[in-house]
Amino acid sequence: MRHGKYPFIIGFLVVPVALYVTFVVWAYIQAFYLSVYEWSGLGPVENFVGLGNFRKMWDDTLFWQSIKHNVFLLIFLPLITVVLALIFAFLLNVGGGHKGGVTRGVWGSKVYRIIFFFPQLLALAIVAVIFGRVFGPDKSGMINGLFPDSWSPWLFLADERYAMGCLLVVLVWQAVGFYVVLFSAGMGNIPTEVYEAAAIDGASRMTLFFRITIPLLWNTVQVAWVYLGIAAFDAFALVNIMTVDRGGPDGATSVLSLMIYRNAFEFSQAGYASALGVVLFFLTLTFAWVTLSATRRESVEA
Amino acid sequence: MTDIFTKSELDRRTLLRRAAAVGLLATPAVSMLSACVGGSDEGTQDQATGTKSADNPLGIDPKAGVEIVIFNGGLGTKYATDVDTPLFNKKWPEAKVTYSQTEEISTQIQPRINAGNPPDMINNSGSKLMDFGAIVKAGQAADLTDLFAAPSLDIAGKTVAETLVPGAVEQGTYDGKPFAVNYAYTVFGLWYNAALFKKNNWTPPATWAEFTALCDKIKAAGITPFGYAGANASYYMVRALLTSAGKIGTEQVLKDIDNLKEGAWTNDAVKQAAEAWAGIGKNYINKTFLGLRHTEVQLQQNQDKVAFYPCGSWLENEQAKDTPSGFEYAIAPYPSVTASDKLPATAINAAAGEIYFAAAKGKNPQGGKEYLRTMLSKEAALEFTKLTKSLTVVAGASDGVTISPGLTSANDAVAKAGKDVFMGYLFDTWYKKLDDESRAAANDLMFKDYDAAKFCERMEKASQAVAKDSAITKFTRS
Repeated sequence: MRHGKYPFIIGFLVVPVALYVTFVVWAYIQAFYLSVYEWSGLGPVENFVGLGNFRKMWDDTLFWQSIKHNVFLLIFLPLITVVLALIFAFLLNVGGGHKGGVTRGVWGSKVYRIIFFFPQLLALAIVAVIFGRVFGPDKSGMINGLFPDSWSPWLFLADERYAMGCLLVVLVWQAVGFYVVLFSAGMGNIPTEVYEAAAIDGASRMTLFFRITIPLLWNTVQVAWVYLGIAAFDAFALVNIMTVDRGGPDGATSVLSLMIYRNAFEFSQAGYASALGVVLFFLTLTFAWVTLSATRRESVEA
Repeated sequence: MTDIFTKSELDRRTLLRRAAAVGLLATPAVSMLSACVGGSDEGTQDQATGTKSADNPLGIDPKAGVEIVIFNGGLGTKYATDVDTPLFNKKWPEAKVTYSQTEEISTQIQPRINAGNPPDMINNSGSKLMDFGAIVKAGQAADLTDLFAAPSLDIAGKTVAETLVPGAVEQGTYDGKPFAVNYAYTVFGLWYNAALFKKNNWTPPATWAEFTALCDKIKAAGITPFGYAGANASYYMVRALLTSAGKIGTEQVLKDIDNLKEGAWTNDAVKQAAEAWAGIGKNYINKTFLGLRHTEVQLQQNQDKVAFYPCGSWLENEQAKDTPSGFEYAIAPYPSVTASDKLPATAINAAAGEIYFAAAKGKNPQGGKEYLRTMLSKEAALEFTKLTKSLTVVAGASDGVTISPGLTSANDAVAKAGKDVFMGYLFDTWYKKLDDESRAAANDLMFKDYDAAKFCERMEKASQAVAKDSAITKFTRS
């Protein structure tokens, strides 16, 4: 093995590392550099302003509104998705109980598995368009269409009180399937003897879930959490396609990624957009770090 | 930190696919898409030129190709492919025209502009149009002085500028130099179905009292009197509101707004207009429209569920395939708000719109300009009007030709307005950010709080913020 180690490593690593450096690291460095300039994005970079862009951000109410919405998603998207995905995965894999020496899922779990995963196959843009119809504010909307004509329709996305909630529903709907599969794979790695032994000792499904499945799946849950958290920092496609005046009504659904896009490509303030990107970078990093340290625990040897 | 990325449970391809969409990559994306930071300040590439002559006033190279990009929206693209390009090639058979169309101008073109490799002629339009003020400021738009001074292609004895409707050149002029051809001539007002109105014996209103009285009648007939789509067409409402303000206090009110003058938005004329329109919002709008898109509300109008829709004259063409037979588009000017409005009730806002420009740093800017000169010929203008049911800035190009009912009505409205046709405002193209704020504020005013004072103060604050923001290029007009 020692012979020819370096050609082997170099052969495998050079291309990906070069791509990564060019398209991620270098782009980041540029973003950091641009964030201290007032730059329109349409000509040469000029007007060094130091932290001016960040000061502007501090005074920008839309920025704070956007942060608020990102935090809302950051709390609820991982929480709801992980809980739902865990429950579904448990039902699909272990929920049927222990019969004839085999642990199995609830009846029809193979079909459910496909149904749960299906949303994952759709492009987010399509999901957004479909749910735009579902949440239609008048009778043409699917949900409103279900109600009798005498009811005044729910405005959903056109009502700033519910708009973020609607987006959350769509994000959860789209994400759950993936994590069901992920957790199912994780559960597949838990030796059935453990379940069987517990079942013989008379453990209920609740006990199986909380005392065996969750601890043995903890690493996977942790990854899922970080991952969903990062997704919560995005939500760009949905907001851009589904909401009133993109991010409205009146900023009620604006998120950081949308602000970056609009400042860079619509308001010709690429410098400001880069500064927003830098903030997003640190927020995402902080989040991942906090989550990983907060959820660290002794890993259970299976 | 790294262990989250090396978990073996994750399918790596899925990870990468999803990671591409998440926040961590948004930051590099900005600089990636903007591309080639600082590269465009280096000398421009070799540009095609030819010898100027009477037959070739712009001095183009007859053999150099011309690349054009057309926005595919309400006007379609047929006028370019079926009219302008053949016409251009008739005169310049050896110049190959490379055509492409897009629904997202900024996404497609901005990176190319940044990279110093723009197409020669660009139709900057649609909801994703590029901030044209910033383009001018960055030196990316070619100075069109020579185009406007060149002789018209087919109107003998006149320069291009002399063939255009008044205000057409000014509209594309930035700090004294023309950089854009605003090609389509748009008439703004209240659109309605003349057949429906005739059937019910309704006449378009001239005063605000008549307007609200008519709205009451329409409401009693079970039709929503007034509406616009809040989800993506709130600028139609901004246009309506500010046209009213202009009629109350003359176009000066709008010029002050464009010039970011302090107090421009809290001016009495704007206040009165906002108050009047807020009343319409409170009593005569269907609240669900806030969540609908423009085609959805326009379709409701075609089904006679909405009486008045505030819009520009592109409406008829945009709805052409959904308009039932028997539906007759017609336009009414916005009614006078007060008895002492400075402009008469017939005054109308009509403006050159739809930006076409030649890229300064393209391979063949003169070719791009020559293409524009072709578009500004009488023949091309007439065909454009026939194809798109929109007038052009080429004066009188469609005179004596039978056109659609909506366009005929718009033509009549302009004739009735006489000297009281005014261009309106430019802040929406100059300051996209202020435009954005005005849309949100108009939606709030019409659907939520009906508070005129709040609207004015909010816009005043936004306007002053733009005035103080050194990152935004300022323009003025008089």
